[in-house]
Amino acid sequence: MAESAVAVGTGQAVHVHHEELGFWRTYVFSTDHKMIGRQFLFLGLFMMILGGLLALMIRWQLAWPETQIPGLRWVPEPFMYDGAMGPEFYNAVFTMHATIMIFFVVMPILVGCFGNFLIPLMIGARDMAFPVLNMLSFWVGAVSGVIMLAGFFVPGGHAAGGWTAYAPLTAVTQYTGVNWGQNIWCISLILLGISSLMGSINYITTIINMRAPGMTFFRLPLVIWSLFIVAILLLLALPVLTSALAMLLFDRMLGTSFFLPAGGGEPLLWQHLFWFFGHPEVYVLILPAMGVASEVLSVFARKPIFGYRAMAYSMIAIAFLSWIVWGHHMFQSGMNPALATSFMVSTMVIAVPSAIKTFNWLGTLWGGSIRFTTPMLHGLAFVSMFVIGGLSGIFMASTPVDIFIHDTYFIVAHIHYVVFGGSVFGIFAAIAYWFPKLFGRMMNETLGKIHFWLTFLAFNGTFFPMHILGVGGHMRRIYNPMQYEFLQPLQPVNVFITVSALVLGIVQIPFVINFFWSLFAGKKAERNPWQANTLEWTAPSPPPHGNWGDTLPVVYGGPYEYSPPGVSEDYLPQTQSRVPHLAAAH
Amino acid sequence: MAGGTVADPVLDESGLHLTEVPPVVPPSPHEADLPPPSPPPRKEPFVSNARLGMLMFLAFEAMFFGGLLGAFLVFRLAAVHWPPPGQPYLPGVVTWINTGILLSSGVTMRRALRAIRDGNQSGLMNGLGVTALLGAIFLAVQGGEWVRLVRYGLTLTSGTYGSTFYTLIGCHGVHVLGAVVWLLVILLQSARYRFTARDHVGVQLCGMYWTFVVGLWPVLFGLVYLY
Ligand code: HEM
Ligand SMILES: [Cu+2]
Repeated sequence: MAESAVAVGTGQAVHVHHEELGFWRTYVFSTDHKMIGRQFLFLGLFMMILGGLLALMIRWQLAWPETQIPGLRWVPEPFMYDGAMGPEFYNAVFTMHATIMIFFVVMPILVGCFGNFLIPLMIGARDMAFPVLNMLSFWVGAVSGVIMLAGFFVPGGHAAGGWTAYAPLTAVTQYTGVNWGQNIWCISLILLGISSLMGSINYITTIINMRAPGMTFFRLPLVIWSLFIVAILLLLALPVLTSALAMLLFDRMLGTSFFLPAGGGEPLLWQHLFWFFGHPEVYVLILPAMGVASEVLSVFARKPIFGYRAMAYSMIAIAFLSWIVWGHHMFQSGMNPALATSFMVSTMVIAVPSAIKTFNWLGTLWGGSIRFTTPMLHGLAFVSMFVIGGLSGIFMASTPVDIFIHDTYFIVAHIHYVVFGGSVFGIFAAIAYWFPKLFGRMMNETLGKIHFWLTFLAFNGTFFPMHILGVGGHMRRIYNPMQYEFLQPLQPVNVFITVSALVLGIVQIPFVINFFWSLFAGKKAERNPWQANTLEWTAPSPPPHGNWGDTLPVVYGGPYEYSPPGVSEDYLPQTQSRVPHLAAAH
Repeated sequence: MAGGTVADPVLDESGLHLTEVPPVVPPSPHEADLPPPSPPPRKEPFVSNARLGMLMFLAFEAMFFGGLLGAFLVFRLAAVHWPPPGQPYLPGVVTWINTGILLSSGVTMRRALRAIRDGNQSGLMNGLGVTALLGAIFLAVQGGEWVRLVRYGLTLTSGTYGSTFYTLIGCHGVHVLGAVVWLLVILLQSARYRFTARDHVGVQLCGMYWTFVVGLWPVLFGLVYLY
């Protein structure tokens, strides 16, 4: 897949910089940040299909428990029994659905692909600071993905303790019967941490040291700000997960007792370490999408982003606060109520910068001349769905309410409003917006809009009713809701959700068609098809090796000068100084 | 396009034909700070790419040890008796001496760096050699003590006491080992006169890493052995 993408890429690149690197160096072991970005994109999209299929299997089981899933009769035991899922496999499936979606879809696409592709292009650099490290980052990530998938095929099945891998469930083989699956899960994520470390080092160094002349920090596009902050969060949060994973592996394989009460260990320690990483991690998933939304909203409302500095500062505030809220995942772990209250307060406080951002997006839209392109629609969906997810977050953040809804489908609804409604709509917006720069061709708008509207409807049909299930007491991660008498009246909701989810899966087909069709046959993109200001649009589409010809761009202004006074156009690229009326006339 | 400076096609597309940097106009509501009349020349970065990257790597390492130390402290602070009844005390005197050895290796590493900054090749080689030697001695002494502890019955499986001790100190040991190997590589390169007074990034990076593993030790020693 990756090769075809690149074939498009070189077509236009040749006449600027004629460099023959050969097939392997150009497409496979490339050190060009754009190629590495594309590689991450394809990795993420491939994994998204897998993760999506797993989700549909979960949904089928919940709507029509223990019935045959159409088309899956060929799957052998012990995975499926004549097409019906067994409980052990069900556990592995929901564990892997979340693991894949979080670590191998949203992170590779938002951070891996767009981080790599956009950072040098938007700050005016020719490449990342450490191109070879960058290549290694992708390949270590890809290997870790392969290892993760291999876990399905080991005896005992794949990890089945949830993506949060709570000990001691995950620390002792006897509890779940999963042996190598859990080990592989740990090893794969340790490797992914190393891949991410290499990425973070590159992103931070590049942004600090390699900005074009005139590109001050407060002229950086917000998406670069978000990626910068994400890189710092990942750099400092992932090692904590790595240490926890190492301890879990040692407990499993070497007989230590970090998380095992029998040897004096402490299961809650896992939760603390995991969520100390985990909460910054959820912001890793959402911040780049926030950045993407800021770009897209401003460009298509033809207005400067409302409160640029407030946007940057609120992201910084989120980054700081995200270190002190992890306990909100552990309210029901029996923690000291005074501690729970402080976590509740800090969590409510982190909602403030999130709200600032939301109001600023609304302020950006206010009075704009909005162009409802596909990326804009996804951007608008991002804002509105993030509001719903953020609000349900506030419910759960208040300890008395959380007693009732913790570990129910309310949480599942929240997760999906922020991660699908937020991050994935952000991904769709980003792909639609930067596709011309990534591949030199435009995506089809009609197909894009069809895909958007159907996805938007099916998404809400799938995830909104989960709030109802949750308030009704429907636990998450259960194999068969029909086993509980009090859940039986809610079963029609489960069926409705599953039907919506199936629709949601099917309506991704237009996206896939659009993606691949546009890759080969889309309209050729000009340099700046959206009349945007940021630097990537001053490079050819797609940019050649080295991004710009002989001279690098020089920056004179901020990234959001849309409809500026005194300029005949309704935008002012960052490479141009603000000019009076006269200078613009020709 | 080649050689195009300001008259890049980009500018043409937007309809503005500018051959010179245009004059500055009054501040717009969009951006408070005025664009500078001419762009500031690209400054030399405050910290070079390589050193910045290394600093980041060390931050990662610090957080990794932070996780392990956090786990240790959870058990240590909750324990009434530490070591738990029936478990051995950790070697005191030997480790004090060993701490001295490791810390002095930090000094010799500084010496090596100062030497190459003055272009003193033999000073560099001596410094690196002594540093590597001290590191190796530290590891050997640690290994010897581990053997004694294991003989005494303290293993990874001896509850949280053994788990935290071997994991933390073992992780540090692996880092020292890695650093010694790196030192040897640098030593080999310096024997081929790879480094000059002006360009010795390799030595600098290795020095930063060495400083980290040396500086981490007193923290571990204080918390795990003395506290
Ligand atoms: C206004 C901001 C937010 C608040 C106040 C908030 C609050 C919370 C709380 C209190 C929980 C724990 C509920 C429980 O388990 O009982 C939770 C879970 C979760 N949140 Fe958020 N959240 C916010 C934003 C986000 C964002 C932006 C994301 C991701 C992009 C996110 C992803 C998650 C995930 C994945 C979980 C579930 C983890 C699990 O147990 O599997 N949240 N949130
Ligand atoms: Cu959280």
